[in-house]
Amino acid sequence: MDIFLQLTVSGLSTGMIYALAAAGFVVIYKASDVINFAQGDLLLLGTYLIFFGVAQVGLPWSLGVGLTLLLAVAVALAIERLVLRPLVGEPIISMIMVTIGLSSVLRGVTGAIWGPSPRSFDSFLPAGDIVLGPATLSMARVLSIPIALAVLAGLGLFFRYARDGIAMRAIADDQQAALSMGISIPRVFGVAWGLAAVSAALGGIMLAGIVGVSPNVASIGLRVFPVVILGGLDSIAGAILGGAIIGLLEVYVGFYVGHGLNLVVPYVVLVLMLMVRPYGLFGKEVIERV
Amino acid sequence: MSLDCGVFHTRYEADMGLRPRPLQRLRLGMLALFVLGFPFVASAYWLDLANQVAIATVGAIGLNILVGYTGQISLGQGAFMAIGAYTAGLLTLNFGVPWGASVFAACLLTAAAGTFFGLPSLRLKGLYLAIATLAAQEIVEWGMTNWTAVTGGTEAIVVPAPVLFGVRMNTNFNFYWIAVLAAAGTALFAANLMRSRIGRAFEAVRDQDIAASVIGVDVFRTKLLAFATSSFFVGLAGAMIAFHRNIITWERFTLSTSIVFLAMIIVGGLGSIRGSFLGAALITLLPAMITNVGRAIQDTAPQAASLLPYAQQAVFGIVIILFLIFEPRGLSKLWENAKDYFHVWPFAYRRGERRAA
Repeated sequence: MDIFLQLTVSGLSTGMIYALAAAGFVVIYKASDVINFAQGDLLLLGTYLIFFGVAQVGLPWSLGVGLTLLLAVAVALAIERLVLRPLVGEPIISMIMVTIGLSSVLRGVTGAIWGPSPRSFDSFLPAGDIVLGPATLSMARVLSIPIALAVLAGLGLFFRYARDGIAMRAIADDQQAALSMGISIPRVFGVAWGLAAVSAALGGIMLAGIVGVSPNVASIGLRVFPVVILGGLDSIAGAILGGAIIGLLEVYVGFYVGHGLNLVVPYVVLVLMLMVRPYGLFGKEVIERV
Repeated sequence: MSLDCGVFHTRYEADMGLRPRPLQRLRLGMLALFVLGFPFVASAYWLDLANQVAIATVGAIGLNILVGYTGQISLGQGAFMAIGAYTAGLLTLNFGVPWGASVFAACLLTAAAGTFFGLPSLRLKGLYLAIATLAAQEIVEWGMTNWTAVTGGTEAIVVPAPVLFGVRMNTNFNFYWIAVLAAAGTALFAANLMRSRIGRAFEAVRDQDIAASVIGVDVFRTKLLAFATSSFFVGLAGAMIAFHRNIITWERFTLSTSIVFLAMIIVGGLGSIRGSFLGAALITLLPAMITNVGRAIQDTAPQAASLLPYAQQAVFGIVIILFLIFEPRGLSKLWENAKDYFHVWPFAYRRGERRAA
């Protein structure tokens, strides 16, 4: 039972980081119909930026987080303006390939600056353990869950109440109608990329606190797909639930079944989901079928 | 309004020919001369690159049949190549099947696997299909590294060298002829396929599937056929990789392989045989060129060597992005533009503009 509890906490905390990455993906997809293969690399950028700010420059944590968010948003806005805006209205294959290209560039640049070896530094998340009955839980992992949930709830509230959030939903619903109501689409696309960067950077910061900094972080970008298909491509709540399910599934399968099956099980879920319910648990049922 | 200028055929034979014009024949002849003469003057290094380009061309044409001509996005290229490579290699290694037969069996099996993975295309479209093929890629990758009894897991498999007329074909010089023959055969087959009823059906499904089904194209069957045809050649490329290096490792068939091949057809030109070749050549040669540049500046900038892999990665991405933004129709279109410029010189007509108007 104690093992089970530890696995659950570990799975949930991983799942919440997936959810943060997935939420950024969902925001971009909702606003601009772009499938962002570079989401994992935005996460990677977040981990390296916080490492740069705190460990290399020596900033205090609060400033380091601020700097990370600022730089991540700047990068995302530049990407949106320079790379994606010229491609508005192009076929899906172009959108997919351009974000794959971006992912390659981001990986190349971060690799050239920070090198291939993993780095570690003192986490801002407290290092101790929580002893709960027979189980020993890592404090950092336990704390990361409410933090991620708070950020995701903030995103949800933004969609519901903020002006730009409502504008984003309007654009997702009908771009032309939104335009005629005076909504500035370039502005909303910019906000979407900015939010995705913030969400990914926060995920990256927490990841840096939990497992350290290494180029492998980018592989989370691919884990985003099972999560968003499970939860629904256009739903923040779906991203949270999907992240939790995939995260838990990975650790349970990894521990109780083994054989590296934990690496492939999310994709099996993805395929099953596509067969049964392609719009996901919470997505809108408007997927285009043939 | 301007009068159309260019070539107007007056005979049916010319209209249906692949290379009807004298200049086209001249260019083809020059290309053939170059290809035939190249291995006698090229160094071993360049021969190896040429073989890689030829293999990549086969794979890129295969992928282009699916993505460029039929409009079905696939991120599973690496997985299909793996099926081709492992089938060919294991048949020859474990059962002593002659290499020609095992290559053919590999192509057929890959075609069957491609058809199976194409089944979701009945229901899924665009981005959902892309994600489904991504899942297929990950699952095959896992099978490749974990089904140890068959694939040897993460260990490399050593494949016996192919022998033709008593000559071992595993040197770059000897393999070159197989590779070029395969690439040329694939190109010729694909070019003819696209002029046939089936090829037209592929394009109709890509452009507007509902309209295609209205005029009598069986959309699902056509899609499956596209998956099968495409996978056949992708399997061929995989089998060639196995026999080129005489070794199979799973690292050569990962998701990045899929991405590299997608990049080839994007950079070369979607829905273009010539583009498949140009893209395959550019994307294969690019990392080699960057390495050469890195070596050249090694003395002045010693830290350059450690940055090389990152430079390759970043340049790869930048090339994709620049092509998508500035010339979405790829190198193939650039080549056409250059040809048109000289063709109608000194006038500024462009055949492409006429089509757009």
